[in-house]
Amino acid sequence: MPHSTHATSPIIGVLALQGDYASHAQALQDIGARSLLVRTKEDLAHVGGLILPGGESTTFLKLLAREALFEPLQQFVQMRPTFGTCAGCILLAKKVCNPEQQSLGVLDATVERNAYGRQIDSEILTEETSLPGGPLEMVFIRAPRIVEVGDRVEVLARRDGAPILVRERNVLAATFHPELSEDRRIHRYFIQMVEEMENKGHRAQPKQTPATKPTQANL
Amino acid sequence: MTDHKNNGSGSHELRLKVGLAEMLKGGVIMDVTDAQQAEIAEKAGAVAVMALERVPAQIRAEGGVARMASIKKIKEIMSVASIPVMAKCRIGHFVEAQVLQELGVDFIDESEVLTPADELHHVDKHAFKTPFVCGARDLGEALRRIAEGAAMIRTKGEAGTGDVVHAVKHLRQIVKDMRQLTVMSEEELYAAAKEHRAPYELVRMVAKSGKLPVPNFSAGGIATPADAALVRQLGAEAVFVGSGIFMSDSQTFAPAKEAEIRARAIVRATTFFDDPKILAEASEECTGAMKGLAIAAMDASSMMQTRGW
Repeated sequence: MPHSTHATSPIIGVLALQGDYASHAQALQDIGARSLLVRTKEDLAHVGGLILPGGESTTFLKLLAREALFEPLQQFVQMRPTFGTCAGCILLAKKVCNPEQQSLGVLDATVERNAYGRQIDSEILTEETSLPGGPLEMVFIRAPRIVEVGDRVEVLARRDGAPILVRERNVLAATFHPELSEDRRIHRYFIQMVEEMENKGHRAQPKQTPATKPTQANL
Repeated sequence: MTDHKNNGSGSHELRLKVGLAEMLKGGVIMDVTDAQQAEIAEKAGAVAVMALERVPAQIRAEGGVARMASIKKIKEIMSVASIPVMAKCRIGHFVEAQVLQELGVDFIDESEVLTPADELHHVDKHAFKTPFVCGARDLGEALRRIAEGAAMIRTKGEAGTGDVVHAVKHLRQIVKDMRQLTVMSEEELYAAAKEHRAPYELVRMVAKSGKLPVPNFSAGGIATPADAALVRQLGAEAVFVGSGIFMSDSQTFAPAKEAEIRARAIVRATTFFDDPKILAEASEECTGAMKGLAIAAMDASSMMQTRGW
């Protein structure tokens, strides 16, 4: 049931250290998915999938290291459905340049930061994707560019030839911000990924989430 | 609904401007005066830096006319920072703003910290592709700036003092003004628009959503991790920290190591603003805070916050 709010529907975590995590939580709410803001290792244990939002990737990295969250997160993203947008995409890549920086390294891709220039070069485009439903609005803000992808990476959309929406197994990544558009197709696609993986038995633990945990109230 | 959709004009340009402000949420924007400080700020986890020639505490102490920073200084900072770089122009000085846009800064702060260049008009911010942030002490001032095209509001504390009292006062004022609108009837909203001296359409939008149509950050006088968490708990979506990180007092820069520790602790407190356990740790990590200047002991004419109309 793609948009079910039934108590057994998966809880989607949104990493909430910094950035536009509230916009992602809103997008999830729009499509009837349950969400939880993730700030600690303990929060991670309650979610079936995770969104790494837009924001500043350098800030994410500093906070992940300081809160001893980098390794638990790395373990999570290796196995479980994860969706990164912009800074989140940078975090997921195997290699990051301009400048070089640490990353979770689960997406077989090289990502160049601020590759299209500064804020003045940010833009909104409407491009074709492999998702049904026609062209998709894409908001690029100080966007990174995926300059290289491995063989197992499926490219779902391109901008001037460069991949902008990609999937590799359990990992989905966009260099733009679907959370800043009204179109919810990409968030729905991600929920489907989570549900498919849950059905295949990839759950790390049974559903034992306390009633107080999954909530929109903490936004 | 997310902020960008409520934005009166749904133009691509405005959505991109507000979009960058969205990316800075939950973070700390730090005032820096050279490349070394910019590197410290980025290393500490700042989401953006504000390129300045002098921090507000120095401007206050030294006096004279405060203008846009030197181009060389801004370029130096832009060359080392991988995070967004902001810079200030004087209130109403649209040519300084044109110059900053030409340089490619990511955000322009039309700031009361600099000496105003126009006693009546603010910059027409719709005329620029670069997003603007402006200060406000109450809802009317915030909505007038948004009407002029501001993509972000920062509530005005008293810059360069290290005293958080007015950041709190004005944040509470704006939150209260917004809450009052949400319970008003249609006809009361017309009267409220008049009282706030703000466009009716924006007043109505706030009445419906209970929040500003653009992100609302806090600035001015924030000097400790607890100060940052305080304004976050009061509703600020991110914080600007100026003199509080790199200054020991109004004339002296803190040692680099100390500034870095302070910057890191304030970043941590801004993220975990509602977790007292982490706030206690962040406060403990943080050694020294700027000596500061109590606002209660200040002469009203030396306040920067009253600039802007």
